[in-house]
Amino acid sequence: MAEDLINSFKTGPDENGRFGIFGGRFVSETLMPLILELEAQYEHAKTDASFWAQMDDLWKHYVGRPSPLYYAERLTEHLGGAKIYLKRDELNHTGAHKINNVLGQILLAMRMGKTRIIAETGAGQHGVATATVCARFGLKCVVYMGATDVERQAPNVFRMRLLGAEVVPVTSGRGTLKDAMNDALRDWVTNVRDTFYCIGTVAGPHPYPAMVRDFQSIIGKETREQIMEREGRLPDTIIAAIGGGSNAMGLFYPFLDDTSVRIIGVEAGGKGVNEKMEHCASLTGGRPGVLHGNRTYLLQDDDGQILEGHSISAGLDYPGIGPEHAWLHDMGRAEYVSITDTEALEAFQLCCALEGIIPALEPSHALAHVIKIAPVLPKDHLLVMNMCGRGDKDIFTVARHLGFDMKA
Amino acid sequence: MTRIDAKFVELKAAGKKAFVAYIMAGDPDLETSFQVMQGLPRAGVDIIELGMPFTDPMADGPTIQLAGQRALDSGQTLQKTLDMVAEFREADNTTPIVLMGYYNPIYNRGVDRFLADARAAGIDGLIVVDLPPEEDSELCIPAQKAGLNFIRLATPTTDDKRLPKVLQNTSGFVYYVSITGITGAAAAQAGDVAPEVARIKAQTDLPVIVGFGITTPEAAETIAAVADGCVVGSAIVKLIGEGKPVAEVLDRVAALAGGAHRA
Repeated sequence: MAEDLINSFKTGPDENGRFGIFGGRFVSETLMPLILELEAQYEHAKTDASFWAQMDDLWKHYVGRPSPLYYAERLTEHLGGAKIYLKRDELNHTGAHKINNVLGQILLAMRMGKTRIIAETGAGQHGVATATVCARFGLKCVVYMGATDVERQAPNVFRMRLLGAEVVPVTSGRGTLKDAMNDALRDWVTNVRDTFYCIGTVAGPHPYPAMVRDFQSIIGKETREQIMEREGRLPDTIIAAIGGGSNAMGLFYPFLDDTSVRIIGVEAGGKGVNEKMEHCASLTGGRPGVLHGNRTYLLQDDDGQILEGHSISAGLDYPGIGPEHAWLHDMGRAEYVSITDTEALEAFQLCCALEGIIPALEPSHALAHVIKIAPVLPKDHLLVMNMCGRGDKDIFTVARHLGFDMKA
Repeated sequence: MTRIDAKFVELKAAGKKAFVAYIMAGDPDLETSFQVMQGLPRAGVDIIELGMPFTDPMADGPTIQLAGQRALDSGQTLQKTLDMVAEFREADNTTPIVLMGYYNPIYNRGVDRFLADARAAGIDGLIVVDLPPEEDSELCIPAQKAGLNFIRLATPTTDDKRLPKVLQNTSGFVYYVSITGITGAAAAQAGDVAPEVARIKAQTDLPVIVGFGITTPEAAETIAAVADGCVVGSAIVKLIGEGKPVAEVLDRVAALAGGAHRA
């Protein structure tokens, strides 16, 4: 077993930004000095008590942390096996885990004297979180969003505009999340002097994957304390959904060295991983490659061209995955599975009906896997799932799939 | 000595600046791009930069992005690009050819296999945008060992402290990116470029060629005058994208080359 070979799973990345062979700094020379400066600033902030004091204050009074760890009693009874807890990160201000990370990056940007913030967004959750924090601190905000997503996620586009952000519809490439990231990088390369790129997930060039993980780790830290308080012991299994993988990394990281804790990441299986690439399961259906500044598992064709994924959830619709997940996968420390659109939709409805919680489609994937495994686990098996976002943004998509006419 | 090194010796002896032209392999289709490529030396091109299409060209503006999409849509692959170079070499064994693009298609093929195939095809150098010196062990060092030049980009953000690191494993020439930005965007200004070129030349004996934001024969002349030469890409690719006949594209290339050679 790989665990025998190393003392800790928490020491990465190395000085070159690598988790094993994954990660790195695959960017153009124009950006390289900025990335090195960001790394230096982050290393400094990381050990600066005043930085974390400011974060804690904002997390508590602005975001509403700690988020509750909720015992899902009726779901547990219904499934008849493991005791299911939901980490309620959907109760955060702006409705998802994204703001945990955005706050950290914006505070860092201000320390670096940057006055203009850019971000990419898929479903719009990271864009809304970034626009929100920029409004809070009076910073100029530009959000790149694939033209197809701008159309599909109109409420979030309007939210961002209300918050004072400029939303740029991206028509380059195929007009999706990865193209939005390309255009954000092109903006950054053009406006290097005053602009900070606020990446929404644990991907991109070093130090982003480590930095975003560290900011999101508040999820796992709280979970650890809360489950100890509730149950007097660590959970047996923790589960989270993965697009780029930031909510999952945030939950997983504080548990990586607790080898008794089984860790499961759930990728978007779309219409099924066996079908012709109509999914976003980079680990299950992709192979290592280099994109957006890091080496990781990617959906790509035989010639190394990046493929478009498919998922019912725009937030999971990305052909890559954070490099630390790629490494945890290869090391065997975490398991990665996939869930189809249909399974996620069923889980979505079950959660509404049994718990009175409308989940986002992203954590609905994690929940669908909980539904699969919980019934066969013993009743004293503690299972924690990260409810990383709420479903308000998804009701139109779900209505369409269920054949419900919203206008009627 | 690669064909690139030989070309600069020749240019220096003649007191001429280098004119480098960029086209995308397979744009809009293999046959047309091959016809353009074959005509470049006669149009006055000293070094050919051949783009390898990639789905996610992060450093490129709309003109080159669309060229890459046209090439991919017409079925261009890395193998076809290598075959295209090998065929070009049957009639021309002196014009240096530099492949330019992004790392993933190379990584996907396998670095060792790619380098062997590239050399066999007659490629002289590589420009890989997303491989900074920090990632030299990936491709730069193996490429030098395989006898290919690895041409690095230096940019306005490359400060004096960092410049030695950028120059360290560079060979063939140094490609100075005239602007902070993407290809085909803002116009390069000779007044900004001259001191930057001087700054780089103070630290290296390699020729310094300036690219990004050069679109006219006049600009080619003024920029080449303050460096060892210049690169034009988007301005040529734009004509190909508009569907102009090969002869018309090559006429424009000749005018641009004339500008650089007047410098």
